[in-house]
Amino acid sequence: MSEPAVQMQAPANGLHLIKKDYEGAQSTLCKGCGHDAITASIVTAAYEASVDPKRVLKLSGIGCSAKTTNYFMNQSFGFNGIHGRMAAMATGTGLANHTLIPIGVSGDGDTASIGLGNFAHMVRRNLRITYIIENNGVYGLTKGQFSAMADRGSRLRKGGANPWEAMDIISLSLLMGATFLARSFSGDRKQLTPLIEAAFNHKGTAVLDVLSPCVTFNDHEGSTKSLKHIRANRDALHDIDFIPDFDQVDVDYDEGKEIRVRMHEAGMITLHKIKDHDPRDRGRAIQLLEEARGNNTFLTGLIYIDENMPDFAEVEQLPEIPLAFLGEEELRPSRQDLDQINASLML
Amino acid sequence: MSDPAINDINICIATENGSGSASANNILFKSIFKMGIPCSAKNLFPSNIQGLPTWYQVRASGRGYLGRKDVIDVMVIFNETTAHEDVDKVRPGGLVIYDDSKPLPRELIRDSLKYLGVPAWNLVKDNVKVTQLRAKQRNIVYVGAIAQLFGIPLDILKDVLADTFGDKPAVIDSNYLCIQLGYDHMESSGATQELGRLVAVPEGNKDTIMTEGNTAAALGAIFGGVTVVAWYPITPSSSLVEEIIARIGKFRTDNNDKHRFAIVQAEDELASVSMVIGAGFCGARAMTSTSGPGLSLMQEGIGLAYFTEVPSVFFIVQRGGPSTGLPTRTQQADITLMHQGSHGDTRHLVLIPHDNPSVFELSWKAFDYAERFQCPVFVMMDLDLGMNMGISAPLAYPDQPFDRGKVLSREQLEAQGGTFKRYLDIDGDGIPQRTIPGTDHPAAAYFARGSGHDVDASYTEDNQVYKALLDRLRKKYETARDFVPRPLIANGAGNGDGVISFGSSYTPTCEALDRLREEARPLDHLLLRALPVNGEVQQFLADHERIFLVEQNRDGQMAQILRDDFPRYAARIHPVLIYDGLPVTAGEIVNLIKGGN
Ligand SMILES: Cc1ncc(C[n+]2csc(CCOP(=O)(O)OP(=O)(O)O)c2C)c(N)n1
Ligand code: SF4
Ligand SMILES: [Mg+2]
Repeated sequence: MSEPAVQMQAPANGLHLIKKDYEGAQSTLCKGCGHDAITASIVTAAYEASVDPKRVLKLSGIGCSAKTTNYFMNQSFGFNGIHGRMAAMATGTGLANHTLIPIGVSGDGDTASIGLGNFAHMVRRNLRITYIIENNGVYGLTKGQFSAMADRGSRLRKGGANPWEAMDIISLSLLMGATFLARSFSGDRKQLTPLIEAAFNHKGTAVLDVLSPCVTFNDHEGSTKSLKHIRANRDALHDIDFIPDFDQVDVDYDEGKEIRVRMHEAGMITLHKIKDHDPRDRGRAIQLLEEARGNNTFLTGLIYIDENMPDFAEVEQLPEIPLAFLGEEELRPSRQDLDQINASLML
Repeated sequence: MSDPAINDINICIATENGSGSASANNILFKSIFKMGIPCSAKNLFPSNIQGLPTWYQVRASGRGYLGRKDVIDVMVIFNETTAHEDVDKVRPGGLVIYDDSKPLPRELIRDSLKYLGVPAWNLVKDNVKVTQLRAKQRNIVYVGAIAQLFGIPLDILKDVLADTFGDKPAVIDSNYLCIQLGYDHMESSGATQELGRLVAVPEGNKDTIMTEGNTAAALGAIFGGVTVVAWYPITPSSSLVEEIIARIGKFRTDNNDKHRFAIVQAEDELASVSMVIGAGFCGARAMTSTSGPGLSLMQEGIGLAYFTEVPSVFFIVQRGGPSTGLPTRTQQADITLMHQGSHGDTRHLVLIPHDNPSVFELSWKAFDYAERFQCPVFVMMDLDLGMNMGISAPLAYPDQPFDRGKVLSREQLEAQGGTFKRYLDIDGDGIPQRTIPGTDHPAAAYFARGSGHDVDASYTEDNQVYKALLDRLRKKYETARDFVPRPLIANGAGNGDGVISFGSSYTPTCEALDRLREEARPLDHLLLRALPVNGEVQQFLADHERIFLVEQNRDGQMAQILRDDFPRYAARIHPVLIYDGLPVTAGEIVNLIKGGN
């Protein structure tokens, strides 16, 4: 009847926040939508990695996927902009304040169809961002048309097969110089959550192509992005753990079975090999992606990582204090400066 | 024959682009400037890098008229391809200067014109060492010829060369040699002309600067505190950002080589507008610069900035449209696209400078307006204003500190009890409060969206809430009316007819009105400096039976805006439309006003 006097204490993370502090508004997506499962993994990852919600910036374009930034981390700033332009908008936020932690959520249409150009250039610039593509192979929000990431031969619920080759955003990004590339599946929280945690701590663009079934428009027989098809054709590279506190890691490990990658910001990712692949090996990553394409399987896990490339803010030589917080003192040249300029324009 | 006119001459030089004429023309212009004579230059150039015709008009005007002159007094025909048409552009009694290394084709001879030859190519070939430069130095010879004919002292030319090529003595010497060759040739051939004389004005052009509008805008942006610039190259706006790039580092580089600015050449204008919005949302003073085609691509972003209320500054240097149009010609035909940019009901703030000091002033102020009103702000320029050399008073140091508008700091949030509603109009002026990501306060965050939203920024499709939002945005725009730059009433408020001009039309309009006054037709003159317009414009419309509105487009875009604002006076507004892509002349305005009686 009445509320219990003392509630069970929920466990707090390093910032003394409980998991609930990372939740957002009630989702309005279809029941069972893969996107909601990804939202849950984002919440867990942010909580477990002790990400400060006040420093997080949630960014998205337009689509069912783009709506999801509203469904996690209520205490964070968010900007749900226009279709296909989130990557460019994120680039602007990164210039104004490179100390924030941007999380971009996009769709396969938003990224690979309308937004491919801007996405490509964000990757090229190595903007620091966790960029999640909720890949259902269709335009959910406009009711089921093919996107550029739909597989060749995949069938629409009511309609024909897709005649075009799928845009493999991971292969493409790799060729454009991406520094963090992962593929996962909305239903595999055990794999997805540590990947997101690692992405938060990556210095540069972390692209996560997450297969995320659209239960309403693309979950039927003949679709290659149906829950059943994805489950049957996943091919994991490794089992993954993310360890937020590096100091607690024991030093000895078996290099034959395990790969450890120390993240730039904090923490470490541990990969327990299933396939023989070191994600720092670009050539091998390309080879594996090609093989997966030939076999029509979905290669999942951390496919490629490079923690040494300078990120956008570094290349732009941005100062410690974000540009957004500089004032007149730091920005407006003096009266003498203008006098000098005027004099130089006289003869 | 009438006496030669003193300091009233328009010299047109017809050459090919990429032929070295640009630097010769520049030297001629600067020399006249240095003599203390008011002068202007209009560069009519093709959309091409090398080999197409280009014209450069230098006007000296003792009376200070700096618009393009209606008639050409002197034509230098150094481009065979266009020589035919070029001679026909010279006024009767005018002078043609040609390269008589080859005989002048008979077809170019008109009875009404005088011809003087200078064997420029032969002189260069016989006297100047072979260098990479030599092929281009033929053009410097006409500068010498003109100097001798019209009275530009050689020592002034020498000073200008030193000023231009300061660190390259060899270049100075060989150019000076070419000038001397042209000069001596004219002198020894006994050539004369009775058109005009250039006479130095003591103390003339003292405290006068010489620059291009794009440079003034770049400086305005720097002094306005711009930190993020995202752009995509396009004529005639590229040189604006290139000037920022060239100049900003000096003021904004820290000891440890960190930059208090970021300039990104984006992949397209969809990206540049989005970057500006992202940066503006995060609290940076952000801008882009483009012309018509880029502005077209930016429309969706402009709507987003308007609806989410993100400060953002757009420098629009207009060129001839539609489509690719005339990329290197001037026009004011993107007014509607700025003022009502994007789909849906929108109205934007547009600042309209008319000379270099006002370009500077409105450029730094644009960042204050953008933050005060939390919206896109357009600085409306055009090729004539942006890319042609103009002379003016010096740029004036900003007389106001930064206005960041209603940005709440952590302390202010705390002081108001930790409550904050992003889109609530608490002051009744239509302008809500704003917070910036990274503000360390639990109440600071909000979720901006281009979709329907309530005062908390939450999604809603509620019809009443949606309508209230549209109405508040309109109210904010109405508030701006009394804050944006007021018009300048150039002539007293007499009765009878009035004229309204704006932007690059202002200068030739002043000249036109002087002429009409001399013909006993005085007209009042109002210079429009911003949209939305305020009560003073309304008063001007009320005070005059007929108002001629000078604008550089076919459809009378500004007239439509004023008629929309003041339907009562709609019939009073008579557009004076000049839209052939060339800088406006006073004569065109006079004729059109007279044509409309
Ligand atoms: C400029 C523009 N064109 C078209 C649309 C319509 N539209 C909205 S969402 C969408 C596709 C979304 O697909 P995706 O990015 O894959 O997201 P999903 O809904 O599948 O998560 C389209 C075409 C739009 N909002 N804006
Ligand atoms: S339409 Fe598809 S993508 Fe959109 S919410 Fe429903 S299931 Fe998810
Ligand atoms: Mg999709």
